[in-house]
Amino acid sequence: MILFEAIYVAPPALTAQAPILVIAGPLIGACAAVLSPGARTAWMISVLTAAFTLWMSVAVAGEVARAGVIDYALGGFAQPMGIALRIDALGATMALLIASVGLLGALYSGHALVSEVKPEKHTLFQSGYLLCLAGFIGLVLTGDAFNAFVFLEVSSIGTYALVGVGEARDKRALPAAFNYLIFGTVGATFYVLGIGFLYAATGTLNMADMAMRLATLGDNTAAQAGLAFVVAGLGIKAAMFPLHGWLPGAYAGAPSLVSVFLAATATKAAIYLIIRFVLDVFPEGEFGAIFLRWILAPLAATAVIVCSVQAIFAKEVRRILAFSSVAQVGFIMLGVSLATAAGVSAGVYYLIAHALLKGALFMAVGAFAVSVRARTVDDFAGIACEAPWSAAAFGVGAASLAGVPMTMGFLAKWTLISAALEAGAVWIAVTLAIGSLLTLIYVWRMLEAIFFRMPAAGAERAREAPVGVLVPLFILAGLSLLFGVTSTLPASMADASAAALTGAAP
Amino acid sequence: MSMAVTHFNYIAVIVLMMIGLYVLFATGNLIKRMVGLALFQTSTALFYISLGKVSGGTAAITIYADSPEGRALAATLDPAYVDQFGINGVVYSNPLPHVLILTAIVVGVATLSVGLSIVVRIREAYGTVETDEIEAVARVEAAQSGPARSEAGA
Repeated sequence: MILFEAIYVAPPALTAQAPILVIAGPLIGACAAVLSPGARTAWMISVLTAAFTLWMSVAVAGEVARAGVIDYALGGFAQPMGIALRIDALGATMALLIASVGLLGALYSGHALVSEVKPEKHTLFQSGYLLCLAGFIGLVLTGDAFNAFVFLEVSSIGTYALVGVGEARDKRALPAAFNYLIFGTVGATFYVLGIGFLYAATGTLNMADMAMRLATLGDNTAAQAGLAFVVAGLGIKAAMFPLHGWLPGAYAGAPSLVSVFLAATATKAAIYLIIRFVLDVFPEGEFGAIFLRWILAPLAATAVIVCSVQAIFAKEVRRILAFSSVAQVGFIMLGVSLATAAGVSAGVYYLIAHALLKGALFMAVGAFAVSVRARTVDDFAGIACEAPWSAAAFGVGAASLAGVPMTMGFLAKWTLISAALEAGAVWIAVTLAIGSLLTLIYVWRMLEAIFFRMPAAGAERAREAPVGVLVPLFILAGLSLLFGVTSTLPASMADASAAALTGAAP
Repeated sequence: MSMAVTHFNYIAVIVLMMIGLYVLFATGNLIKRMVGLALFQTSTALFYISLGKVSGGTAAITIYADSPEGRALAATLDPAYVDQFGINGVVYSNPLPHVLILTAIVVGVATLSVGLSIVVRIREAYGTVETDEIEAVARVEAAQSGPARSEAGA
C-alpha cells in the first residue's frame, strides 16, 4: 500500500468524498447511459464513468494506506446508528480490483458487444453494466450488514439481466439466467434471514459494532445460526461448492464481457463478504474455529478436487473455465480457512491473481468469438495460427492459471502452499498440490488444441480481433506477467488486508 | 406445547418458508417457480416483522398531547394511565426491522419482475415455460444446429 502514498491522486476535497463518489459515480452513469441516444454514446459514458470510478478508488486506496481505516458517515448520521461506509485495507483492495476490471471491461465492450449482443440492446447493456459495478463496489465498501444486502441485490439484478442478454449468441443463456436468478435470490434471502438472526442477537446492523457486541455475547445459538445462514447465502453467490450449480451455465451462456466481469468481480465480492463475516464480524472462538476447520475447509477441498476433475472432462472451453472458477474459489477458501495472517494474505493474493487471469482468459475467448463461432475444445484447434495475439494472451492467462513460474499464478500457489505448511495443515497443502496438478491437465487440453493442432480442413477461418479488444486483453494478461515478476503491489495489499482482519502487524 | 404457543410466529415462518422452497424446487413450471420464490421471500418478511413486535407495544409514532389527535386519543384512555405514562404509553415496537423489510420487499419485487421478464423471453425463444420441454428443445437444436468450426466442411 506504500506505493499509493507517494502519488498525488486527487485534490483533498475530492479525496474526502471519494468513498461515496466511487459508488455514486457508476449509479449516475447508469442513469445517463439509459438516456443516451445511441450505442456509441452509451459506450463512451460507460468508459468515462468506469475511468472516474477507478480514479476515485485509487484515491480511496491511497487514503486507506495513509490513515488505516476510513469511516464515512452517510448523510452525517453518526455510527453506529447511521449507515456508514467503513473501508479498511481489504475493502480498498477489492474496490481497486473491481474498478480496474470494470474499466478494462468497459473499454473491451466497445467492439466485443457487436458480435454478441443485439444492437438495440447496447445502451441498456451499458446501463446494467454500470449498475453492477456500483453494486459490487458498494458491497465491498459498506460497513452496514443490511446495506450490503441492498448492494448485493443491486449488482445481482444487473447480472441476471446481463447474463440473459447473451441469448443473441446462445439461446441457452435464458434458462441459465433464470436458474441464476432463482439460486441468487434464494442466496440473498438466506443472507437477509441470517442478518435478522444477528440483529436479534446483537441489536445492531453496523458490522464493527456487531463484532464488538458478539465478542461479549459468548455462545449464542441465534448468532451462530445467523452466521450459518449468512455464509450459506453468500456461498451461493460466491459459487462455493456444493452451491455452484448456477455458475457453469451462466458463464457459458453470458456474453464474453459478462463472463469476464462475473469471473473477476461477482464471485470475488461475495467471497469478500464471507471473509468479512467469518473472520472480522464473528469473534475468534471455538465456534468460529470449528466452522472454518470442519465446514469451510472440507467443502473447499472437495471443490478443488471435484470441480477440477469436472473441468478436465468438460467439452466446451467456457465450461472448462467455469468449472475451473469453482475449483479456484476452493483454493481461495482453503487459504482463508487457515485463519492465520499468512493464510488470509495468501487467500487474498490468490483472489487477486485469479480475478486477473480468469478475466484475461474469458476476454481472449471473447476475442476469438468476434470472428468465429467456437464452443468446444476442438473448435479452437489451430486458432493460434489465425489469431496469434489473442492466442498469446490466452496462453499467458492459462500459464498463470496452471502456475507456471514467472507468472502471478505461480506466486499465488506458492504462497498458499507455504502458508498451509506453516500453519501445520499438511492435508490442505497436499490438496492444493493435487488441485494444481489437475489444473495443469485441463489447461494443457486447451493449450494443446490452440497452439499445437492444425485447424480442421475447410474450417471457418478466424481473424485477429480488433485493437479495441486486444488492448484491454493485453493489459489484463500483462498484469498477470508483471505481478509475476515484481509482486510488491498486490503482495503488500494482501498483507495489509490480512493485517486488518487478523490484527497482526503487516 | 407452551413452546408452540410462544414461538407461534417462528413456526408459521418456517412452514411458509418450507412450502416456498418446496414449490421452488419441485415444479418444472417456471411461473410456479417464481410463485415459490415469492412465498419464500415473504416468509422472511414475516420473520422480520414479528422480530420487531414488542408485546403490548404501539407503533413508534410520537403524538403530541396538545394536538387534536392527542386529545382524541387521551379521551379513549384511562386518565390514571395518561397521568402516569402520557398518551403514548411507554412501550413501542421496534420500527427498524419493519423499515428494513420494506427495503427487502422492494428488492424482492424488482427480482420478481426481472425473473418474470426472463420467463417471457424464454417463452418467446423456446415456446414453452416447462423446464423439461425447454431441455428437450435445447437438445434437438444442439443436434440440428449449424456446424461449429471444427465440423465445418468435414
